[in-house]
Amino acid sequence: MIRVSDIHKSFGDVRAVSGISFDAPDGKITGLLGPNGAGKSTTLRILYTVLKPDAGSATIDGADVVTHSLDARRRIGALPHGAGLYPHLTARENIAYYAALCGLSCDSIEERVDNIVELLDIGDFAERRTKGFSQGQRTKVAIARSLVHDPQNIILDEPSNGLDVMATRSLRELILKLKDAGRCVLFSSHVMQEIIALCDDIVIIAHGKVAIHDTADGIRNQTGCDDLEDAFVKAILEMEPA
Amino acid sequence: MRTPVTVFKKEVLDNFRDRRTLISALLMGPLFGPLLFAFVINLSIERSLSDVDKTLDLPVIGSENASNLMRYLQSRNIDVVAGPSDREAALDAVRTGTHDVVVIVPAEYGQQLADGIPARVELISDQANAQAGRKARRVRDALRGYSRQIAALRLSARGVSPSVMRPLNIDDVDLSTPSGRSAILLGMMSYFFIFALLMGGMYLAIDTTAGERERGSLEPLLALPVTRDQLILGKIAATCVFMALSLALSLGSFFFALKFIPLQQLGMTPNFGPDVLLATFLILSPFILLGAAVMTLVASFTKSYKEAQTWLSIVLLAPTLPILIVSILTLRPRLEFMFVPSLSQHLLLVDMVKNEPLNALHVGISVTSTLAIGAVLTWLCARLYRREGLLG
Repeated sequence: MIRVSDIHKSFGDVRAVSGISFDAPDGKITGLLGPNGAGKSTTLRILYTVLKPDAGSATIDGADVVTHSLDARRRIGALPHGAGLYPHLTARENIAYYAALCGLSCDSIEERVDNIVELLDIGDFAERRTKGFSQGQRTKVAIARSLVHDPQNIILDEPSNGLDVMATRSLRELILKLKDAGRCVLFSSHVMQEIIALCDDIVIIAHGKVAIHDTADGIRNQTGCDDLEDAFVKAILEMEPA
Repeated sequence: MRTPVTVFKKEVLDNFRDRRTLISALLMGPLFGPLLFAFVINLSIERSLSDVDKTLDLPVIGSENASNLMRYLQSRNIDVVAGPSDREAALDAVRTGTHDVVVIVPAEYGQQLADGIPARVELISDQANAQAGRKARRVRDALRGYSRQIAALRLSARGVSPSVMRPLNIDDVDLSTPSGRSAILLGMMSYFFIFALLMGGMYLAIDTTAGERERGSLEPLLALPVTRDQLILGKIAATCVFMALSLALSLGSFFFALKFIPLQQLGMTPNFGPDVLLATFLILSPFILLGAAVMTLVASFTKSYKEAQTWLSIVLLAPTLPILIVSILTLRPRLEFMFVPSLSQHLLLVDMVKNEPLNALHVGISVTSTLAIGAVLTWLCARLYRREGLLG
């Protein structure tokens, strides 16, 4: 369960996030949708605690991301935008490194890595060094290592970026599997179809604020647009600063 | 404690698989330094030895005017050869470098000598050229020797003892020991070791900070349930190990290189046995923490791998500065110098190679102050790692 209440964040004169609030409940997939530069990544980075909000607060399963950041991180599996792997380590070693850092005992690491390799279907290239991996292979390994400590909350920043059809499809299946396991999944995207296909809740963000937070049907009703893309554009235009 | 150990193990494994790190840590410093050193010293030995032993070919204009002098030169291992046609040609030849030294014996030389007035002999050389300067000195020494000989003969002929010409008898007592003389040349080796040490950890320092950020692996790492202090500790520890490895290898390779340098021919017997080898490692080891912390600190400030490389090359040179200043001013080791990292290690090393007893207080201060500065820099690194701006 992720709860965001009225967070603000500026970088110098640029106000990246100005007052975003939403809840992402367990057992549901919440999508952050918005144009480039809307503040999606900044919001997510605050949630996985690499940035601190200027004002407002956010909690992960009740743990505050600023005051109890270590606790919060324990409950999160995060895939930052453009996450990189260690090219000289094999896929398995990359995952095992994160498992060890997350405090898994030496005996359980092996087993856990085996499970995750099977879950993400990366057995074919698990023993290879990640140098020269395709974008799809890299993303899968990056997701695998962020899930290695079995977190309750999963935050994915534009996970489908650069993935081909097959890879996107298996990513979608994984996200649904996580939802069925009762996890809280929060992911960002600027691809409309992906959000519609997956999300129970959609949070449309523009200019650092929440434009609409509703289900896909709810958004259609609110904006009076049948087509979600039109609804999206309309919502964003309404947010245009005067 | 487990997290730093995990990070440490991973960084060591990762970098052992990285060819660039391996080459710089295990090849560049350890091999390049001693090889260069051996090469330079061998060259200088060869040159200084050949100057004394080799017959010097001396072009002389008007050699027929002074056959006795020519025979004297011959006895001093200087071969007289036919010189250029006239004085103008001789000046030209020296200017263009065809000849290093030319001697001109004018036609009136014999007459002047017979009349007892100082006979003029011209020595033409370009003193700005070190090689020519050495040759000119040899010829001048020979000419002076001949001059003294004639003077002594003239005095004896007048019934005066030649010793009246020598009111002073200067006796040079050189107290420098063979190992002491080595120190001058081997003084530069302390910098080689510090260089090799820093070189060994340079790519790790970059890779663990700027490299990790550029690769995009830093952000997911920071999102893990570990503190940043623990991460940076593990990273600095891994850098330390590579530095120590590089230092040990370069000490070993230096030890072997010295066996192939005929230092004894220069009157030097450096004190560089296995025990000194070990002591050198121990004296330099506090510098490892300092080096790792400095490099990590500087690399964390940079935006990219390339920028980090540029800055760290400057860091590689920084330890020479105090060594250079003290060498130029030829200052003796003093207590306050021991507070300065790199300088204190250099001075202690020179003392050791000179086979002089080490001052325990000096060693103590050197070790403590270097370690303390290293600890402070490590703490600074950790502070810096907590910044948000770290992600760039």
